Amino acid sequence: MDNVAIIGVAQTKYEKGKTKNYAELVYEVSRMALDDAGLELADIDNVVTTTNDFYDGRTIACMAIAEAAGSYGRDATNVEGDGTLSAFYGLMRTLSDVYGTTLVTTHCKVSEGAPRKIFNQMFDPIYDRRLGMDAISSSALQARAYMDRYGITQEQCARVSVKNHGNARNNPYAHVPLDITVEDVMKSPVLADPIKRLDVAPVSDGACAIILAKEDRVKNGRRKPVWVKGVAHCTDAYRLGERDLSRAGALEEAARKAYAMAGVKDPSKEIDVAEVYDAFSYMELLWYEGLGFCGAGESGRLIDSGVTGMAGALPVNPSGGVLSAHAVQVAGLARIAECVLQLRGEAGRRQVPGAKLALAHGITGICAQTHCVWVLSDTPAKEV
Amino acid sequence: MEEKPNQATELLELSSGKAEHVYYWHCGYYTSRFLLGLRDQTTILGVRCSACGRVYVPPREVCGRCFKTMNEWVDLGTEGTIYAFTVVKLPYVDPNTGLPIKVPRTDIYVQFDGADTRLMHWLDEGDETKIKVGARVKAVFKKERRGTIHDIEYFTQV
Repeated sequence: MDNVAIIGVAQTKYEKGKTKNYAELVYEVSRMALDDAGLELADIDNVVTTTNDFYDGRTIACMAIAEAAGSYGRDATNVEGDGTLSAFYGLMRTLSDVYGTTLVTTHCKVSEGAPRKIFNQMFDPIYDRRLGMDAISSSALQARAYMDRYGITQEQCARVSVKNHGNARNNPYAHVPLDITVEDVMKSPVLADPIKRLDVAPVSDGACAIILAKEDRVKNGRRKPVWVKGVAHCTDAYRLGERDLSRAGALEEAARKAYAMAGVKDPSKEIDVAEVYDAFSYMELLWYEGLGFCGAGESGRLIDSGVTGMAGALPVNPSGGVLSAHAVQVAGLARIAECVLQLRGEAGRRQVPGAKLALAHGITGICAQTHCVWVLSDTPAKEV
Repeated sequence: MEEKPNQATELLELSSGKAEHVYYWHCGYYTSRFLLGLRDQTTILGVRCSACGRVYVPPREVCGRCFKTMNEWVDLGTEGTIYAFTVVKLPYVDPNTGLPIKVPRTDIYVQFDGADTRLMHWLDEGDETKIKVGARVKAVFKKERRGTIHDIEYFTQV
């Protein structure tokens, strides 16, 4: 793959019930990402937006942000899914030799609708939807299958929540920074066992944008470029009943391909910082295994050991992760933006000192049907 | 009053109103046959992939792994084991009626003997201390059946 860098990033603060409309949110991050890169819209060759008609309450919702995302008068396309997939599409377009730069935007104002009804409508209308499945109950089934198979405890899941909400106190964009204990998580109300209130990400409004550039266009930027070393995604079966819920098979496959592309042989030793899509506390543990940070069933011990804490050898979610800010479809792109800040050394109080290789992870679909893995570096894959 | 840029004296909200869009989904051959199995035979039907041998329930035309059309129907009976469960305590609106659903409600994945995938349904047991992964369960059918997933009232521990 030719060298492609991320040369600009921007995020809004994540919070509940933002009063800007979704086009205004997209304009805010598009403008900020251009400013971050030191570019003007004229420097952008094409645009990839990210919308969901149910969340946005409008058919072909991408059309309504043509001006805000800079799509007006240029080649623009759209992804319905997590922002990591929009960035993947943006990367392909950047590599096509047709476009030298790509602006990728994502936004979420799911607070304007009825999130739990919308999540129920992800499910097959003949079967699971009629039985009332939603994001929380389906994830509880996944958590049960995973925890039961490997003896992962609720306390170990709670440690993820304590770590990430604690890290969020260092992130000015985070929605829910909290100073909590394992006992606080264990005593929080049961929603669908084994999942309790403090095991679940909030529903946040917000937006994020990044700018990708081919090597010959990178020099125009004003920030230290962050290079794409490896990237892959993989999709599992639609029905939960067809998946082995105790494993993240699609993540294993995506990670294997992304690592091969990036030349990563031992991710737990080579990766300096990871931002993963922890919509629920158990997910971070399941993703450790899928990403090869430890063996199958070993995540409980990994979180207990403190390796993935800020003082550990492989800090995971220094930003506070998705548990601390969950703008749906934005959250994966936010993982990429956070990794970019880490590799530039601009992550402020959440900076992992000397980070050189970072991993960003996004998911889409019921209980993460699709996984996307990005390996990012402060140096190009091929010599410039 | 002094006008400031990009500030309104009040930020307004507008509602979509209550207009509904009703969908009529064609079930197709495979789903129809499964639902007719519930309605007319009080049994659970799956379909086997002749290439990889996997038995899918609910049945579907194409095996995702082999990308082959499946035609070999399998009667899976009404008994299986619990693959995963959760006792849902969060109040929820029943998508069929718009009315509040009764909680606690126990969601389960049932692994039928001879099937490679699992069917989601409810268990008539709200006491989570009495539910174990691997426990045997059987389908309890309604007397009046209409060809929907609700023709199974719930599963009960054997």
